[in-house]
Amino acid sequence: MSASFSIDGKSVAFAEGQTIIQAALAGGVYVPHLCYHPEFKPHGSCKLCTVMVDGRQIASCTTLAREGMVVESDTAALNDERRTLIEMLFVEGNHFCPSCEKSGDCKLQATAYELGMMSAHFDHFFPRRPVDASHPDVLLDFNRCILCSLCVRASRDFDGKNAFALCGRGIHTHLIVNAKSGRLADTDVTLQDKAVQVCPVGVMLRKDKGFAVPIGKRVYDLKPVSAYAEAAAAPQKE
Amino acid sequence: MTPGPQGVAQAVDAALARHRGDAHYILQMLREIQEACDWISPEAIDRLQQALRLPRTKIEGVAGFYAFLYTRPRGQYRILFSDNITDRMLGNLELLDYMCRQLWVERGKTSEDALVSIDTTSCTGMCDQGPALLVNNYAITRVSRQRVDEMCELIRNKVALAAWPREYFRVEDQVRRKDVLLGDDSAPGDALAAAIARGAHGLVEEIKLSNLRGRGGAGFATGLKWEACRNAPGEARYVVCNADEGEPGTFKDRVLLAAHADMVFEGMTLCALAIGAGKGMLYLRGEYRYLLDHLDAVLERRRRAKLLGAGILGLPGFDFDIAIHLGAGAYVCGEESALIESLEGKRGTPRNRPPYPVTQGYLGQPTVVNNVETFAACCLVARRGGAWYAGVGTGASAGTKILSVSGDCARPGLYEYPYGVTVQEVLQACGANETQAVQVSGPSGVCLAAAEFGRRIAFEDIPTAGAFMVFDRSRDMFEVARNFVHFFAHESCGFCTPCRVGTSLLRNLMDKLNNGHGSLYDFVEIKKLNRILQSMSHCGLGHTACNPVLDTIAKFRPAYERRLQHKEFKPAFDLDWALEPARQMTGRDDAGAHFYAGSGEDT
Repeated sequence: MSASFSIDGKSVAFAEGQTIIQAALAGGVYVPHLCYHPEFKPHGSCKLCTVMVDGRQIASCTTLAREGMVVESDTAALNDERRTLIEMLFVEGNHFCPSCEKSGDCKLQATAYELGMMSAHFDHFFPRRPVDASHPDVLLDFNRCILCSLCVRASRDFDGKNAFALCGRGIHTHLIVNAKSGRLADTDVTLQDKAVQVCPVGVMLRKDKGFAVPIGKRVYDLKPVSAYAEAAAAPQKE
Repeated sequence: MTPGPQGVAQAVDAALARHRGDAHYILQMLREIQEACDWISPEAIDRLQQALRLPRTKIEGVAGFYAFLYTRPRGQYRILFSDNITDRMLGNLELLDYMCRQLWVERGKTSEDALVSIDTTSCTGMCDQGPALLVNNYAITRVSRQRVDEMCELIRNKVALAAWPREYFRVEDQVRRKDVLLGDDSAPGDALAAAIARGAHGLVEEIKLSNLRGRGGAGFATGLKWEACRNAPGEARYVVCNADEGEPGTFKDRVLLAAHADMVFEGMTLCALAIGAGKGMLYLRGEYRYLLDHLDAVLERRRRAKLLGAGILGLPGFDFDIAIHLGAGAYVCGEESALIESLEGKRGTPRNRPPYPVTQGYLGQPTVVNNVETFAACCLVARRGGAWYAGVGTGASAGTKILSVSGDCARPGLYEYPYGVTVQEVLQACGANETQAVQVSGPSGVCLAAAEFGRRIAFEDIPTAGAFMVFDRSRDMFEVARNFVHFFAHESCGFCTPCRVGTSLLRNLMDKLNNGHGSLYDFVEIKKLNRILQSMSHCGLGHTACNPVLDTIAKFRPAYERRLQHKEFKPAFDLDWALEPARQMTGRDDAGAHFYAGSGEDT
């Protein structure tokens, strides 16, 4: 007998030490998320995975599952707030989906569709975020960064390089690379790094190979992000 | 003079030596390097990185988080005007503009000759003697036009800060009302001797009996916290004193540390005895840099008196010492888990909780974090007993509370009252007339209108960390709220989406109202942001960022209605303002350089 809890009325089994989102995704229940990734220590910063437990809203990626807990996730109220968070991310950076190479493979875009976002709603901040094209194989476009810190964690915990970090504070928080020059070319980052592959948006792009899969046939063009719950629960095979 | 390459190397090596190359002290090292070199140059980071074997990203990430650390040159004299609403009411912005004109420097920029920079900073805790500013992190109070003139002259002549007139840096205590705590005249060691006689267990029982609750705002029962920490498994235990007094309008800890440092350190030592800690840290906000030498001297004196160190007061095994850590301009570090991150030399981002610090705090070990005033109050309990202390104040709020009174009143300063005092009594005592509103406990607290002045300062009515800002009828409560909203946007750590973006959106909305583009639509937007900030934010900063706006909308609606000039939605964008940069560049301000509705295309 394994332990279980209920999420949106569905019973989900969990193992000791699993978080709510881990168990939910493994059980085929999609919970929107951006900064969560099964292979890395949870960060709890994007807040998209917030669920309701005992009348309180908590991040499901940093909260351990408990026997018998009653979790609400796919409710109109929570999805409204999640949509607002997505809108915030859209106005905070510069996201021009139609011209982005990641369109169709982008988790931010897919989650926005999933939550029915029709416009960015708020006034755009239009921040100045210069592109770093110094590296021979990887293009860094900070305009699309959502500060999920997945590259930071992947580089530190998987690649063993500490190639990326968050710097600054508040609305001026930004990604930096591990080089005195501040240029990616002067780091030891390679195209094979987990940090480069894990970006959920279009900050890190492979050079010299654009649009290999045509628009319309990309991951989230085929199925909405919610259909990938179980895939999101397990380490991806690259 | 800003040192050359050799000087930078020396400064880095000195900082490394002072902290024995321990990477946990990186924030202290960065601060000391900047004090010696005026900024933290890439070469300084090179040398630090090689010595500590840290990735450059780690050092730059920490340096970039704290407002007082500069990784770009900011001049030999770095002026920061305190920008709390109380400073504004005393004309800080006019003085800032005046100083910029005198020194030919643009606000927020470094002068062409790399001599000086002038900008604003969050409340520096000198509200009772403002307007205040910091020069190279040292506080100057009661700034006037004359003082600005004199400072400009000193700066032009490149007079070293150490040679500036001492009276600029004089900070007064202004204690207006003493009660059991501020009036305590016991000698250093008295409370410790009483506690040792009772034993560690007995001390915890007394603290529990006293019903003492945390004075930092949250009001957690101190005795229970100590007991939980004592019982938590761990290899070591730590005592942390939160002296990161960043809530605008609060300055009681400043006075406690200046005039009653022994009580604070003795309270920390009591806690060490109770929980079995060997090491204590006091996290002093960077704005109180001027207190560092004084506090170090008190610690040294206590070591000599056997009140700190090995075998305190002759008790074998009672080994405890305290170190001061200085912050560097980050309000969020007042949140206890962010404070611990900062103590560990990291960015001051609040942790995911649970686990709480009592079980996993500093370096993952059980840690008690208490406010300055809480530790001081512990001395009273230790010496005079828990039952006596519980008898002071009200049933649910034992003891006294020190209020930092500022704003529109004749006698700003510290007022210590037993819990249960009414707002009206405090207003009378401080000589406030025609009072329109009182902001209790700072921007994250509550704004009270005249009808509520009969309410009481107590955990069961109006809990407070100590700020008490008075506004008379001449004040515009919208401007008060707008100042607070700017504060939260500036101080958001940027970790979670709702607070990082939400506080900026809120600031923009308040500015939009201020600029005459407000409509009812914007009211609805403010409410929506409030809901998101409260329910989705990672920590208390986001949870409370909307409070000043909601309170003032509810209680001072006319201040807003004056600004809601439009029935229908108006965009924040304005064609005429969009021309402003062009006007600045061309130095024009004639009619032809303006766009007026109806004069050109459709608006």
